[in-house]
Amino acid sequence: MKTTVSRRTFIKGGLAGTVVATVLPEKKSQAATFEGYPDGMGVLVDLTRCVGCRSCEAACNEEQKLPQPDKPFDDFSVFDEIHHGQKRRTDETRYTVVNRYDVPGLDHPLFRKIQCNHCQEPACLTSCFVNAYTKTPEGAVIYNPNVCVGCRTCMIACPFNIPTFKYSSAFNPRIMKCIFCYDTRLKEGRPPACVEACPQEALTFGKRNKLLEIGRQRIRETPDKYEDHIYGEHEVGGTAWMYLSSVPFDQVGFDTHVPKEPILNYVKDFLGIVPMVLTVWPALFAGFHLLATRKDWLKNKNEDTHEEE
Amino acid sequence: MRTRKKMLQATLAIAIGGILLWPEPGRTMEAADAPETVEINSLARLYSGVDFNHAMHTEIASCVQCHHHTTGGEVTDPNCIRCHAKSGEADTVSCKECHSSDRFSKDDLSKRDNPALYHIDKPGLKGAYHLNCVTCHQKTGGPTGCQDCHTMTEAGEKMFQTGQHAPSETTGGEHSGH
Repeated sequence: MKTTVSRRTFIKGGLAGTVVATVLPEKKSQAATFEGYPDGMGVLVDLTRCVGCRSCEAACNEEQKLPQPDKPFDDFSVFDEIHHGQKRRTDETRYTVVNRYDVPGLDHPLFRKIQCNHCQEPACLTSCFVNAYTKTPEGAVIYNPNVCVGCRTCMIACPFNIPTFKYSSAFNPRIMKCIFCYDTRLKEGRPPACVEACPQEALTFGKRNKLLEIGRQRIRETPDKYEDHIYGEHEVGGTAWMYLSSVPFDQVGFDTHVPKEPILNYVKDFLGIVPMVLTVWPALFAGFHLLATRKDWLKNKNEDTHEEE
Repeated sequence: MRTRKKMLQATLAIAIGGILLWPEPGRTMEAADAPETVEINSLARLYSGVDFNHAMHTEIASCVQCHHHTTGGEVTDPNCIRCHAKSGEADTVSCKECHSSDRFSKDDLSKRDNPALYHIDKPGLKGAYHLNCVTCHQKTGGPTGCQDCHTMTEAGEKMFQTGQHAPSETTGGEHSGH
C-alpha cells in the first residue's frame, strides 16, 4: 500500500502554508512609500483666473480628435445644462469640461475645469486587473485600449468619476479619459493642448514640485484672494493636476471628503491576501474534502472489490 | 575741544556721505510720451489682433496699473515694493520684453528652475495681456467678451467649431451626457 499523508500532517502543512503566505507579503510593496516621480509634470488650475471661455475644451477636442460637439465651443448656454441632476461631466466625447458655479455672496461666477487629475497613485491603475493603465514618469496616467476587457472597474475606482466608457463600441471596449496629451505633447516635454489654449493662464504647466511652490507663493502674497489650500497636494495621495480657489472648495463642486492617502492604501491589505486565497485555499479545502470523504471512498472501493470477488 | 571737533567731522562725513549715497530719484515716463495706439497682434491666430487705444487708457488708469514698475512710477503693490520701490524706469516698457511668448516651452520652464529666481510665476505674454486687461475690465465694467476686443479668425472658427464650422442641426442632436 502506498504511503498516504496523514490527515494531521496535511492540515499542519496547509496551515503552515497559509501562515507563510500571509507573512511573506509583509515585505512592503514599493507602492507603500511611493511619493510620485520626482520630475513628474502637472498643471495648477487657478479658479480665480478662469473666465469660462471654453478654449481648453475646444483645444482638447481638436488635439484628441474627439467627435463634433452638439453645440459650438463658444456657446455658453452649456453652463446651464443639467443632466441627471448634475452639471456637465466628462464622457466619451469630451475629456475635459468647464462648469460654472454661482457662489452665494460672490458678485461673479466661478468656473472649474475638470479632467483626469493624474493621481500620483491612481486608483484606476490599482483596480485594473489587466494593467491597462500606466503612470508615466512624466506624470500622465495613460491607458492601453488593446488589453482592456471593458470591465469598467476603473470607473468605479476613480475618486473623481473621470474614466468613461465608450458605449458606442462595447464589443471593442474602450475607456475614454484625458491622457495629459501624453502621446502628442507631454512625451516631448510640451504642455497639453488645453494649457496652451488658455488665454488667462488659469492653467499653469510645470514640474509638480514647482507648481506647489508657485501655488504657495500666490497664496502667501495675496492671502485675501485665495483659500489657504492647494487641492490635490495631498488629496488621494496627491494628484498631478491641482487647484487653487478663492472660495471653499466644496462650494465649487470639489469632493472635499476624499481621503488624504492613496485609495490603494485602503485595499492593499486585502489585495495582499488575494493571491494566497487563490493558491493555497483551493488546495487546502480540496484536501479537507478528500480526507473527509476518504472513508466513504475506501468503503465503496472495498465493497466494489468484494462484489468483484 | 578735540571731541567736539571729531563729532563735527563725523557729522559732516555722514551728511556728505548721505547726500552722495542718496538714491537718485528714478526717472519717470510721462503718459504723454506714450503712443496713441498699440497694435497687439504678435500672437494673433485664433483671434485677430487688437488695436489697443493706449491714449484712452492712460486717461482712466495710471501707468503702473499695467506696466508695473517699468515706467518708473510709484509702485503700490506691497509685494513689488520690496524690490521695486526705487528701481526707476526700466530699459523697456514693452510687455513682450519681459513676458515670454513661449511660456511652458522646455526653455521657459528650465529658466524658471533657477533657485535664485523670484519671478517663478511670471505669466507668459498671452497670460499677461489677458490677466491685465480682463481683470481690470471685470472690475471697471469694461468689455469682457472674447470678441468684444478681437474678432475670431477662420482658424478660430475651426477650432471652436462655430460659425461656418458649427455643428449642423442634423449631426448635432441632443447629447445624452450619460
